[in-house]
This record gives sequence, C-alpha cells and structure tokens, in this order.
Amino acid sequence: MKSILGNEIVKTALKWRSYISFLTIAIIIPLIDVGLLFEKGGWARGMTRGLASDFLIVGNIKNGFFITYFILNALWIHVPFLITLGAGDQLAGEATGGTFRLLLTRPVSRSYILFAKYVTTLVYAGALVVFMGVLSLALGTALFGTGDLLVPGRDLTILAESDVLWRMAAGIALATWGMCTVASLAFLFSSLVENGIGPIIGTMAVIIVSYIIGNLPVELFTAMKPYLFTTYLDLWAKVFEDPVPWETIRHSMLVLGGFSVGFYAVTWYIFQKKDVLS
Amino acid sequence: MSSDVILQTFGLGKRYGKRWAVRDLDLTVRRGDVFGFLGPNGAGKSTTIRMLLSLIKPTAGHVDLFGRSLQKHRSAALRRVGGLVERADFYSYLSARRNLEIVASLRGDDSHTDIDRVLDIVGLTARAADRVKAYSHGMKQRLGIAQALLGGPEFVVLDEPTTGLDPQGIKEVRELIRQLSQSGTVTIFLSSHLLAEIEQTATHMAIINKGTLAVQGRVADLLAAGPHLVRIDARPLDRAVDLLRAVPGVERAEIVDAWIECAAHPDSTPLLTRQLLEGGMAVHAVIPRRSLEEYFLAITEGASDVHVPGESGARKEDRP
Ligand SMILES: Nc1ncnc2c1ncn2[C@@H]1O[C@H](COP(=O)(O)OP(=O)(O)OP(=O)(O)O)[C@@H](O)[C@H]1O
Ligand SMILES: [Mg+2]
Repeated sequence: MKSILGNEIVKTALKWRSYISFLTIAIIIPLIDVGLLFEKGGWARGMTRGLASDFLIVGNIKNGFFITYFILNALWIHVPFLITLGAGDQLAGEATGGTFRLLLTRPVSRSYILFAKYVTTLVYAGALVVFMGVLSLALGTALFGTGDLLVPGRDLTILAESDVLWRMAAGIALATWGMCTVASLAFLFSSLVENGIGPIIGTMAVIIVSYIIGNLPVELFTAMKPYLFTTYLDLWAKVFEDPVPWETIRHSMLVLGGFSVGFYAVTWYIFQKKDVLS
Repeated sequence: MSSDVILQTFGLGKRYGKRWAVRDLDLTVRRGDVFGFLGPNGAGKSTTIRMLLSLIKPTAGHVDLFGRSLQKHRSAALRRVGGLVERADFYSYLSARRNLEIVASLRGDDSHTDIDRVLDIVGLTARAADRVKAYSHGMKQRLGIAQALLGGPEFVVLDEPTTGLDPQGIKEVRELIRQLSQSGTVTIFLSSHLLAEIEQTATHMAIINKGTLAVQGRVADLLAAGPHLVRIDARPLDRAVDLLRAVPGVERAEIVDAWIECAAHPDSTPLLTRQLLEGGMAVHAVIPRRSLEEYFLAITEGASDVHVPGESGARKEDRP
C-alpha cells in the first residue's frame, strides 16, 4: 500500500498540470498585496464604516492579518476551481492516457488503487489551501506588519493581535477540510468521464448552482439550503468570530465529512464496476 | 510438455449495448503453448484480452486462470500474468525506467536488476532515462513488451505485439517469443490479424470472427486439415478443367474468376501439372493454397458464406 500511495504522489508531483493551481495562487496573492500596498484611499476605512475612530485599535488596521483575511475571503469562490484542476484529473487523466491498463492489470485490487488516488487528491487539496494561507500570511505580515484584526461583518469584531495567529491556523485547517469535500466531488466526476475537462465543469456546475440556490431568498431554496454542502464551506471564517461558535463548526465539519465519505463511496462503487475501455 | 491448463474460458461473452463483441467463446491454453489468437479487425481479440486481464467484466461466461476463477482470485492470478493490451500507453512525462518502476512496484517487487533485464530484452537500455514522450511508436511498443515481462510471469498475454515495429523489431519479437517458449515454463497468448505471423510463432491457435470462435487447435493440424486447393492458370481454361477432372484424386475442379480452383491431395500437384502439359495446355501458374489460408482470407475480405476447414475434426477441443 505504501508504495502504491508513493506512486500516486510521485505521479502527481511530477506532472506539470498539478502546478497550474499553485502558480495561479503564487501570482495572484503578491498581485493583491502589491495592489493594496499602493492603495491610498479609504479602502479599509470604507470597509469598517469609520468605526475605527470609535474603538481603540492597536496598530494599523491595514495590517498583514487583515490583508490575509481579506484575501482568503476574496478568493474563496475561486479556490474550488483550482482544486478541481488537480482532483478532476486523478482518474480521468489515467483514462485519457490509457494508463489504467498499466495499473489495473496488476495484482493489486482496484480498491487499493482508488484509495491511494483519493488520498493523493486530498493531499493535493490540502497542500493548495495551506500554500494559499501561508503565502498570504507570510507575504501580508512581511509587507504590512501585524496588528489587531478587524473582522468586518454584521457585527464588527476586533481580535487582539495575540489572539489571531491560532485562528489563522485553525481557519486554514478548516478550509482544508471543506476543500476536501470539493476535491471528493471532483474525484467522483473524474471516475465518470475520460477527459480532463468534464470533472472541472461538472464540479463547478454543482458548486455554482448550489451557491445560487443557497443565496436566493426564495422559500423553496431556503428549505433546500441545509442539504447543500456548499452551505457549510464557510466554516473556516467562523473561527474569526468571537466567541467562536464551536458547535456550528463541529456540525459543519460533520456534514462536510459526511458528504466526502458519500462522494467517495459512490466513486468506489462506480470504479469497481467500471469497464476499462480506454 | 505437461498438460495443465493455464487459461480456460467458458462461454465467454461481452456485449456493448446491443451488439455482442465476443460471444460464446471457449478457449483452452495449456502450459508451454504459444497460442495464436487470430482474427480480422473488430473480431473481438482485444475485447477478449481485456476480459482475460480483468479490465472489463464479461457479460456472460467466465475466465479461469491457472485452474481458478479469475473473478474470485484476481490478485493471485494476475501476479503470475504479464500483459499488453492494444496500444502501449505510458506516463509520457515520466522516464521509461520510472514507468517500469511503477509497474514493478504494483507487482510488489521493484528490483533494479529485473528492470534492467527487461529493458535489455527489448533493447531500450540506452534510452531508459528518456521521457516516454520522446519515444517513437515502435519504442513504446517495445517498452510495452518490456513491462509485460516484468517479474518473469508464467503467462504472457500480448495483443498484436508487432504493430508499429520495423522488420527488425518484428523479427526480434518473434525471436523473443521463441526464446520465452523454449524455456517450457512460459505460456504465451498473442493476438494477430496475420496468419503468417501466427504460423511462424504459434503452436496452437484459434480463429475468431465477428466475436465467435471459428476454429481452435494445433497449428500444424489446422493447416493440414481440409481439402487442399490448387489454383491453376492454364489456357484454354475450359479444356484444362476437363483434363483436370479426369485426373484421379481430383475431387473438384471449376473456374472461379478466370482461375481454375482444383481440390486435390497435396501430393498430386506434379501429376496435375504433367497432365496439363501433356494435354497441350499453356500453363501459366500452379499455386498450392492451404484451405486455412483461403478460409482466413475469405473472412478478412468479408466473404459471407465461408467454409470452415476441418470443422468436424479440428474444431474446439481436439488435441492429443
Ligand atoms: N468501447 C466499446 N464500445 C462499443 N463497442 C466496442 C467497444 N470496444 C470495442 N467494441 C466493438 O467490439 C468489437 C470487437 O472489438 P475489438 O477491439 O475486440 O476487436 P479486435 O479484434 O481487437 O480488432 P483489431 O484487430 O482492430 O484490434 C468491434 O465490433 C468493436 O466495434
Ligand atoms: Mg485489437
């Protein structure tokens, strides 16, 4: 099993396609940072609606923590796309390349191969989220320094500088958890088709439709909202609330985990029966 | 040669939608056989091989490898099998050696000596570090054969292994198959759409057409079976036919497409020729044709009513 997993990790790591997502993030985050560096206007002030003057905030509002939070929030909708780029290729890529014949004529059960590929997919998703979080944090604090984090929202929260770092770590971990569900869905689509684009389109279609249903104030849609996994993807942001709603986070984690297991189970069933015709 | 059965299929069938790609296929391959699996394009060769290697699930029937059900003992069976189905595809962004390492690790042993051994067999040692992306079609095909030989399998299944190879490569593959089979422990199953190729390498063969088995048996027996045909061009045709019909041992003589087709014992060819010459005929050509060849040409050319040579004798199970 170890060497099978090793194979999959090496195959993914040596594939140029795997780095497109990392590259995108590596370009976009410095770009946003530089943009904000030259931003002089009332950007942060506008966002906090002048409240800053009424509260005692230690240090600069426009600090590295705030920038990181801002970036994570802004890119949130786009990260699933980057995840599917790699996750969607895990099975479909083998079908397109005809290499399933190389793997599945060996004395290793299909379940093992599938499991190794799934773990690789999750590692990929996790690596991408961690990379994004760490890069924004590192670059943000390097360029803008640290300070209290002002969390915009319905009720404005101000988190003390010393109280932020662990929340960043927890936020990244929870974001990884959520993106694993997205990766699982892309993995499922990947088992269905023999091209690299299908899983991306399929996953994004599901996510976009779910977002729309989840955000339209229509009664029927509101009733459906708890049953959509996208509803729970914002769990990472909850660690920045004060006090942290741990019960809500726990519930979101369970639901997202359940979706991941479900998606994997369906993939397993499909893969067991699949005729390798490529 | 021991007679233990390596591969047996029972009523094996695969249906795609409404069409059966393979139907009611009963094959038997014994230890040490070089089994040629012959059929024209679309006959169902690759489909059968995919079922033998558990890439696709049969719609009907089942496969036994080494006397046990492939479905039930998949891993144990595949540990002793090496195979190549259709095009040899690899991870093109990885080196040939890395590709072989991946395959070897799935077999549970990735010793470098074994990888070196198979690279040497197919003559790719010098190019092993190159990415497969940079390989020619023939080189990929060779690498495909190399990966099928990893771990020294007892049963090697090769689907049209010589497609894309140059004449030298074809000769080498033929030589390789001979070497492997001479050990007596390796059993080889190879498909082809060329009778000549099977004739030169195989000890046993089966012909499949439109998904169903036409004949199966020992190559020597099958080639000898059935009436022997001689195609003759001798003028004038009608008088030559009359002369031939009078020759003892000639079962049949008739004009087909400006040729005379004459069914006779193979030993009587000199006698036929002498009769024609003595009768004052102008003899342009006398071409002995084995009926299997005729038969196979007929099915590859898509003739509708074909006579199966030695059908009563050599069909399916008929071995010493
Ligand atoms: N994925 C598929 N879907 C539908 N039909 C298929 C599929 N694969 C093969 N077939 C059909 O099954 C039949 C047998 O195909 P197969 O590939 O086994 O032939 P073959 O003997 O290997 O031919 P060739 O000499 O061209 O390689 C053909 O009629 C083909 O059209
Ligand atoms: Mg074929």
